[in-house]
Amino acid sequence: MKKLMLGNQAFARGLYEAGCLFVSSYPGTPSTEVTEEAAKYDEIYCEWAPNEKVAMEAAFGASLAGRRSFCGMKHVGLNVAADPLYTMSYTGVNAGIVICVADDAGMHSSQNEQDSRHHAIASKVPMLEPADSEEARTFAALAYDLSEEYDTPIIIKMCTRVAHSQSVVETAERKVPDRKAYEKNIPKYVMMPGNAIRRHPFVEDRMKRMAQWAENCEINRVEKATVTSPNGRKVGIITSSTSYQYVKEVFGNSVSVLKLGMVNPLPEKLIKDFAKDNEVLIVVEELDPIIENHCKSLGLSVHGKDLLPMCGEFSQNLLRKCLGGLVWGREHTADQVLSVDDPIPGRPPVMCAGCPHRGLFYTLNKNKCTVLGDIGCYTLGAVAPLSAIDTTLCMGASVSAIHGFNKAGEGENEGKTVAVIGDSTFMHSGMTGLANIAYNQSDSTVIILDNSITGMTGHQQNPTTGYNIKGDPAGKIDLEALCKSMGFERVRVVDPYDLKATDAAIKEELAAKEPSVIISRRPCALLKYVKHNKPVCVNTDKCIGCKSCMKIGCPAISMKDGKAHIDETLCVGCGVCEQLCPVGAFEHTEE
Amino acid sequence: MSETKNVMIVGVGGQGSLLASKLLGRLLLDAGYDVKVSEVHGMSQRGGSVVTYVRYGDKVYSPLVDEGEADYIISFELLEAARWLPYLKKDGQIVTNIQQIDPMPVITGAMEYPTDLVEKMKQTGAKVDAIDCLSLAQQAGSAKAVNIVLMGRLSHYFDMPEEAWQKAMEAVVPAKFLEMNKKAFELGKNV
Repeated sequence: MKKLMLGNQAFARGLYEAGCLFVSSYPGTPSTEVTEEAAKYDEIYCEWAPNEKVAMEAAFGASLAGRRSFCGMKHVGLNVAADPLYTMSYTGVNAGIVICVADDAGMHSSQNEQDSRHHAIASKVPMLEPADSEEARTFAALAYDLSEEYDTPIIIKMCTRVAHSQSVVETAERKVPDRKAYEKNIPKYVMMPGNAIRRHPFVEDRMKRMAQWAENCEINRVEKATVTSPNGRKVGIITSSTSYQYVKEVFGNSVSVLKLGMVNPLPEKLIKDFAKDNEVLIVVEELDPIIENHCKSLGLSVHGKDLLPMCGEFSQNLLRKCLGGLVWGREHTADQVLSVDDPIPGRPPVMCAGCPHRGLFYTLNKNKCTVLGDIGCYTLGAVAPLSAIDTTLCMGASVSAIHGFNKAGEGENEGKTVAVIGDSTFMHSGMTGLANIAYNQSDSTVIILDNSITGMTGHQQNPTTGYNIKGDPAGKIDLEALCKSMGFERVRVVDPYDLKATDAAIKEELAAKEPSVIISRRPCALLKYVKHNKPVCVNTDKCIGCKSCMKIGCPAISMKDGKAHIDETLCVGCGVCEQLCPVGAFEHTEE
Repeated sequence: MSETKNVMIVGVGGQGSLLASKLLGRLLLDAGYDVKVSEVHGMSQRGGSVVTYVRYGDKVYSPLVDEGEADYIISFELLEAARWLPYLKKDGQIVTNIQQIDPMPVITGAMEYPTDLVEKMKQTGAKVDAIDCLSLAQQAGSAKAVNIVLMGRLSHYFDMPEEAWQKAMEAVVPAKFLEMNKKAFELGKNV
């Protein structure tokens, strides 16, 4: 039956059809829905792990136990899981292991734009790259077969436009292979030097055999031009993933296309033959010139990043502009587009009305704190008017960096610096940083923003919430007890809706001459179980238009005719603005 | 061989464009087209400007709609219609809700919300159908039905039988909201 499916949903369908029985992942845009959709199949065991490294190692264990396993993550998540990945390349698998990594060219929801193909090359793990939902589904099943045949984990690389686009898929039945018995095999699975030395040649040989497979496989295919290119020359384009779609959209059948479904290892003969058949050779790939450099290493003359950008996403207009001259023999001139003359105010993402982080960041800004930030919704605390974050690097970096910042600051930083990290991010990579503060003793103040959910990626459970991926009760880590057990004497909880209490907690912990943890606790206002208060309203007779309430950057508050105005459709009655009003102009609406 | 057609659904994160694109996707798939629907997830959903691309035809390649390519722009909010206007084809049609939601630069007073946007968009030569979807949605029974009011209005321009829309709605709208949404659809269509 034909269905429209999101790339990530189709990927999950492919896992299901291929008999995957174990999924362990950490959420990250644009990869999250693969695991969320897999969790909807009762036949598959699914879980959110505390981080990507744990997820990948759990998937390794499941493979050892003889069941096809999966772990999914975003591009930066693969950095965290790189440690197991590079050595799983040596051990290989028992039952198949498939890893999803989703890149985010264009950085729709990421802190960098790294190209995950580098990890595949460096770890010597094969990587497939689907170009639409149907390929996401079929590649998942193919990947398991390859994983078991070649004794290797297989990475499937998604990107935002494949992961988050719906296209047509045909579904198939689920087939579950028999469980493979676990057999003790020290030379294969115990990677100490004496064994790893023997496994490395296996890895090199495996990649040679896979490169051989790449020469004749169905997923690397040539689509020959059927009409002559306008410039009379035969043009060949090598491409993969969503770039393939833009190439076909713009140049149709006037160019020959080598569409690569496997991007590591890359074929040699297939590419050389394709080059021979064409007069002009172009590689169209987003981000880094990996296929292009491979072509150059084969001695081929090829266009690529001399014409196309290294940064950001591609699109059909970009290809017309950058390649039109070469392919068509004439520069593409875009038509004048329609637009109004008025400047259009930007609409950047903002913290939601009632977001518990708002009161905390307002207080940090008021106290002129240096704030070492982390990854999550609360990164938006860096946006005006709160402007309360100084750094954002990677998961967990706030807690680790504040220690260095304070130790090297010659006593100037402790009294005014905090680290802020969300509950899920703290579970992911914050605990080890906290251990360093406890062990090497800096007078650091760490604030855990506990909104009882993984927010930014769309509300996933984590080890502090007490629920698992299916919403069933699960283990629950007690943050206060955890911090105390690490040796922190000063651990306190505040409600960030209470500005006075929050201000007092921050002042006291910054003044204390010892490490401390503040848990700023209030569930995300978007959680279904959170009961909202009635919206507040402004008594315009009392309002003096002083704009004190505007300092918190709440999207529900604006100024109308010199007075504060509340958007009742957005306001959840959190009451933070009321605490800022010097004249008590905010009033509660009647039932 | 029919040419690929392009629809953009634009609005503010959280306004409910997902159901609209789901409905449209279902309608077009049932009509036998190849369809691609491209969404945005993650950070920009937090009250930011959001866009969904819907493309259909005999064979659709790119999931994106680029500048100057949209046959239709369906907008949940007036400023967003103006923001994405450069994506409209010369003879394209805009269907927009007249609701205005102030973005942060306007809230903080750094910028003004432009006035008379409907007129100004028309002056560029764009065909603009501006309607008060929020009132119609409330009339149908829920402010959340703005998305279906807009789809009803789009049906006015789309060459697709009424029954096909009804069937698609039955497939994607939860049963308990179906009657309300059908009413919203009618109100949008006949405004």
